[in-house]
Amino acid sequence: MDINRLEKVSAYQWRIEATQGMHVPAIIYASEELIRDMDDKVYDQVTNVARLPGIINASYAMPDAHWGYGFPIGGVAAFDADQGGVISAGGVGFDISCGVRTLHTGLTAEQVMQHQQQIANVLYKNIPVGVGSTGTLHLNKKEMDAMLTGGARWAVNRGLGNNDDLQYIEEHGCMPDAMPEQISEHARERQKNEMGTLGSGNHYLEVQQVTKIYDADIARDYGIKLNDIKISIHCGSRGLGHQIGTDYLKAMLLSAKDHGIKLPDRELACAPIHSAMGQRYLGAMRGAINCALANREIITHLTRQSMKNIFPDIELDLLFDVSHNTCKLERHAVKGEMKSLYVHRKGATRAYGPGHSSLPAKFYNTGQPVLIGGTMGTASYILSGTETSMHEAFGSACHGAGRHMSRRQASRLWNGSSVMHQLADKGIMIRSPSMRGIAEEAPGAYKDISAVVNAADHAGLAHRVARLEPLICIKG
Amino acid sequence: MTPHWEHFEHQADIGVRGYGNSIEQAFEQAALAMMAIMTDISLINAQQKVNISCADHDPALLLTDWLNALIFEIATHKLLFCEFDVAISDGQLTATARGETIDVAKHQPAVEIKGATFTELAVKQVNDQWMAQCVVDV
Repeated sequence: MDINRLEKVSAYQWRIEATQGMHVPAIIYASEELIRDMDDKVYDQVTNVARLPGIINASYAMPDAHWGYGFPIGGVAAFDADQGGVISAGGVGFDISCGVRTLHTGLTAEQVMQHQQQIANVLYKNIPVGVGSTGTLHLNKKEMDAMLTGGARWAVNRGLGNNDDLQYIEEHGCMPDAMPEQISEHARERQKNEMGTLGSGNHYLEVQQVTKIYDADIARDYGIKLNDIKISIHCGSRGLGHQIGTDYLKAMLLSAKDHGIKLPDRELACAPIHSAMGQRYLGAMRGAINCALANREIITHLTRQSMKNIFPDIELDLLFDVSHNTCKLERHAVKGEMKSLYVHRKGATRAYGPGHSSLPAKFYNTGQPVLIGGTMGTASYILSGTETSMHEAFGSACHGAGRHMSRRQASRLWNGSSVMHQLADKGIMIRSPSMRGIAEEAPGAYKDISAVVNAADHAGLAHRVARLEPLICIKG
Repeated sequence: MTPHWEHFEHQADIGVRGYGNSIEQAFEQAALAMMAIMTDISLINAQQKVNISCADHDPALLLTDWLNALIFEIATHKLLFCEFDVAISDGQLTATARGETIDVAKHQPAVEIKGATFTELAVKQVNDQWMAQCVVDV
């Protein structure tokens, strides 16, 4: 992106004034270097979002922003329903509520390295992963509806999770006001055999070692010490979310004319929140959020069972669970007044600061853990929400490194087995059904995650707490 | 012109583009381009047949409907396709897709496809050729 098109607010904040139909300015949080590396499409998309009705304050792009669909990936925008605000299926994305959760293990690096192969094999055997994989749980209509309204809470009630986990999941594991009746038969059909599956692409399960602590006090409150072993799971709402995205993208495109909405880009298909279409999507999307929360809870259950095979006394307590692709009704201060806003986070993490009423007591003084996922060879980071983040982009931060080259470029540059061997040399064990998938997900295909996290920290979006590096990666 | 397909770059995902002497051929080639994201299409055998139909008077939206109908078949029946036969009349698409059940060891499928998007979506006639393209989310 041409940096001369932006007005510099600070070293990590850049602004585009509201012109040509933009209702609000656009703000990009990134270093000069990250901006220069961003696609020009991010400029187009972040300014197009600013043209949507009822947008509040600004259209935001996080440090890992890249070219998405309508919204940039790494885009945040809040809408006021009473000011004609809209909800956009493209602003949430296809993989609704895709997210990351991190588990404590209590293991040492020595214990893991002693059993590295055994752990990798048992996790790979027990957790369905990759294209075409299916879970052992098959839901009939009644159970599907219960899952769609119950989320992780449903999984716990089914004996597929721990009750103690729920307080460490956004919305306490259950997104209220889901409307299963607004979810198509096609979406249900795609999900029927996919509960408890990890998926493919950038989704993973990793056993990770804490290799650096940036803030010892917050790390202690989060239960993180140097050299600790954690397990992180990255996946989403599977076929159900993908199909809801597909269904409503088209339905919203067709209904936009009826609502008098002029779309700057078809992918920005949206509907007023106060409309039948807007409410239908909201109800369906909330069901998909519950599906993702249930899915991560079930995978956690499978992980616990697997790890007990090797370490019979192990307890895998949940540190936290965050979602990346959502639209949530939240209370935020706008010009000194508290307002209810529909906050879209497309490839962005919620980053509530200290004192937020929705946080569990344990994180009340620290702010919420913000889990930023890496990929295979690259580090992951744990940050904390800050008071500043609440005033910046409605309590939001980045979600990952973001790709810096396409899958096609990556598969031309690398082959799967050499990537696997290179990672093995670094002590990282990979298990995946697809060599081609590994090549496309090669660490070199992603941006430098440390630069992204550094920018988020300096911009005040979230505060850096710890760095984790993978020892084992189960990859779709 | 021989009908053919290609991929085009999208930072996070992949664009699929089909060329043909008719809109039907362009749609068939776009579908092949999409399958080639998942696997090497020469590894797929045409053992099973699936019938697909969808309708939209906007040719661009008909393309995303077509690709999304295939994505649904792939996801729910765990199939990979290598041959397509498309007919379009008055906004109504009817097609057969041939392929086989996913065999992970044989096909090494790299990634599942979540949906066909409106990004870079275009169906148009250039001189005597038809071109059909969009970005798919993986």
